[in-house]
Parts: sequence; C-alpha cells; structure tokens
Amino acid sequence: MDPVILFFVLGITAGLLRSELRLPAAVYEFVTIVLLLAIGLKGGIELAKQPLGQLLPQMVAVVALGFVLALLAFPILRKLGRLQRADAASIAAHYGSVSVGTYAVAVAYLGSRQVSFEEHMPLLLVLMEVPAIIVGIILARGVSRSTRWGSVVHEVFLGKGIVLLLGGLFIGWAAGPVGVEPLEPLFMDLFKGILALFLLEMGLITAAQLTGLRRYGVFLVGFGIAMPLFSSVLGIATAWMLGLSLGGTVILATLAASASYIAVPAAMRISVPEANPTLSLAAALGVTFPFNVLIGIPIYHAMAAWALG
Amino acid sequence: MNSYPKKLLTIVTEAALESTLIREIDRSGAHGYTVTDARGKGDHGVRDAGWPASANIRVEVVCDAETARSLAALLHDRYYQDYAMILFIADVEVLRPEKF
Repeated sequence: MDPVILFFVLGITAGLLRSELRLPAAVYEFVTIVLLLAIGLKGGIELAKQPLGQLLPQMVAVVALGFVLALLAFPILRKLGRLQRADAASIAAHYGSVSVGTYAVAVAYLGSRQVSFEEHMPLLLVLMEVPAIIVGIILARGVSRSTRWGSVVHEVFLGKGIVLLLGGLFIGWAAGPVGVEPLEPLFMDLFKGILALFLLEMGLITAAQLTGLRRYGVFLVGFGIAMPLFSSVLGIATAWMLGLSLGGTVILATLAASASYIAVPAAMRISVPEANPTLSLAAALGVTFPFNVLIGIPIYHAMAAWALG
Repeated sequence: MNSYPKKLLTIVTEAALESTLIREIDRSGAHGYTVTDARGKGDHGVRDAGWPASANIRVEVVCDAETARSLAALLHDRYYQDYAMILFIADVEVLRPEKF
C-alpha cells in the first residue's frame, strides 16, 4: 500500500480512538491550497503544449457526465432511500461533482506504478465540479424565481476550489514548463508530503463523519459504495469513447466515482439550506472517500485494464 | 465620563453563512460588526472548526434597541429553521453613541 494511504489510515484510527490529534484549521487550509494549485499548475503546463480546440470533445463529454451522474443518483436516493427531496438533490449534487482529494490520490497511485495519463486532466476536473451543483439546485427547488442565481453563481465559480484550480491552470498555461520550473520544489517535489498531511486530516474528518453515519444507517452506506462503482463504469465508458489512455481512463473513472466535499457542501448550504448537511457529508466523506482511496482506485484500475484489453 | 445605553446583539452560527449574514447586517442600518471564529456544541452537535463545514462564527453588533430587535426578528424568520444559529441581545454602555 502506498505510504500516503497509511497516513489516511492513521488519521481514521486516531479519530476513532478519540485522540487529541488535530491539524490546526489554518494548516488544513494551507495544505488544501497547495494541492489545488499544484494540480492546476500541472494541468496548465500541459495545456500550453496543445491547442484547446482539440480537447473540446473531452470537455463537452465530462460536463455531460457530471449532469448525467447527478440526474441518475437523484431517483435512487428519492425512491430507494426515501429521502426528502432537498436531501436527495443535495446528495445527488455531491456525487455528480468530483473530489480533488480523491483525484490527488489517484495521481499518486498511478505515479507510483509508473502508469502515465493525459496531463490535462485537471482541466476536466474543474469542468466536472460545476454541472452537478446546478442539477442539485434545480432538483431541489425547480427553476423558481426565488432562487438567487446571482449568489449561486458567485458561490459556485468563486469558491476556493474553482478559483485555485483555474488560477493554477492559467498560471501554468501562461508560464509554460520553463517558467514554472522555479516553483517546482514547493508544488511538485513536495506534492506527496503535502498529500500525506492532507490525508491525515481527511482521516480525522472521516472518523468524525462516521458518528453521523451510525444515525442514518444502512442505505447511505450501501449508496456510498454502490454509486461510485456504478459511476466508475460510466467514467470508463466515457474514457473509452474519447480514446483515453489506460491512466487517463483510471483518472476519469475515479473522477466519476468521487463525491465532492469542498465545493458542493458550501454551495448547497447556501442554495439548498433545508437539506441536511450531515447526511451528504456522512455519505461522501464517511463512506465514499475512504472507499475510493482504500479500495476503489485499484478496482477502477483493474476494470480499466480489462476494458482496454 | 458619560456613557450611553445601547444593545449588543450576538449571533453564533455556521461559518458558511458569513457573507449572507453580513449583507443582512449592512442592510439593517447597523453601523458595524465584529466577526470571530468560534467553536462549541449545541443542537447540531459539536462544531469543532476542524474544517470549513464544521466551523462556526460569532458576530457581534452594537446598535440601538430598535435595530437590534428588527435584525433579530429578521434572522429568526429567515435562518433559524435551516441553519445552526442562536442569537441573544444584551444591554451595554458605550462612550461615543454617534458611532453606533
């Protein structure tokens, strides 16, 4: 097992044993910022090498995938889970969108196995964050006039995640490989160390969500595991249609399978306040994030290898 | 030194609500506010500020009695149902009444 994953396990264990350990909130913020910028920069460098027009089919496909995943999750949550409309819509938005932390783990996983992937994936990551949020809000309240779309747009596009990813992409694109070189010690060389700290804190946060999970039970656990498996199949199918490499297919499957816990919770809290955040975070963080990190990514790797034969 | 009676309205709520809340305060006619990071426990469980989704803020507003009452009523109507929020009003004395 990759040592960065062991940091996650350490965090969960410490959290479950009620250890005093916690990262200061400012450190968690800093670590998240470095990860987001590093991912953005890497993608930006790659974008500098190829015309954006060539990537258009991929960009359109992942946006469509984001819409479809949220729309598929909603009826399952509503009918099978018998959840309230707002709760089902909010959870659907979480699962249609993506998790940057899970993406980073997949990148580290492929890196340690020397599997290469299309380096412009961060662009697709940014694009996949947004559609599900819009679906979630519309599913929760219809296209009503009372929705303050101005503040929704502000919340979605000016949230920390999107600003830093897009900012990193832009800086990487503008500076190019040579320009970014002086920044590499912080953003590239330290990537794994920063990721380890991030996963340690994620383990602590995950452990805290597990108590919420005990209250809401079996359906959420089942959904939190079945949904990413199902989504990853759609991700692999999309990657196959786009003709991505093995590594790219694993990344897209992981993106499809991951559930957001930064951008979407913040947007839902403001736009769909009646949805209970404990439910969506218990599923996304208590079940799906650890599932993807510990078991999911190797499964998607195996499925992708089988699909690409 | 003369002191003048004012009201101190204290709101403890989710950090996610900060920008929305500050818009409401600006619109209410209050002349200022103070925001501090906070953590604690209430109906919504322990809010330990370990990461953004579990962070709280405490917002303090010193204003006249009428503004405090109308702001409290507005926040109660709009946010009490869906958000983790408490508020309370206390009597305070200030030295420069024109500031508030």
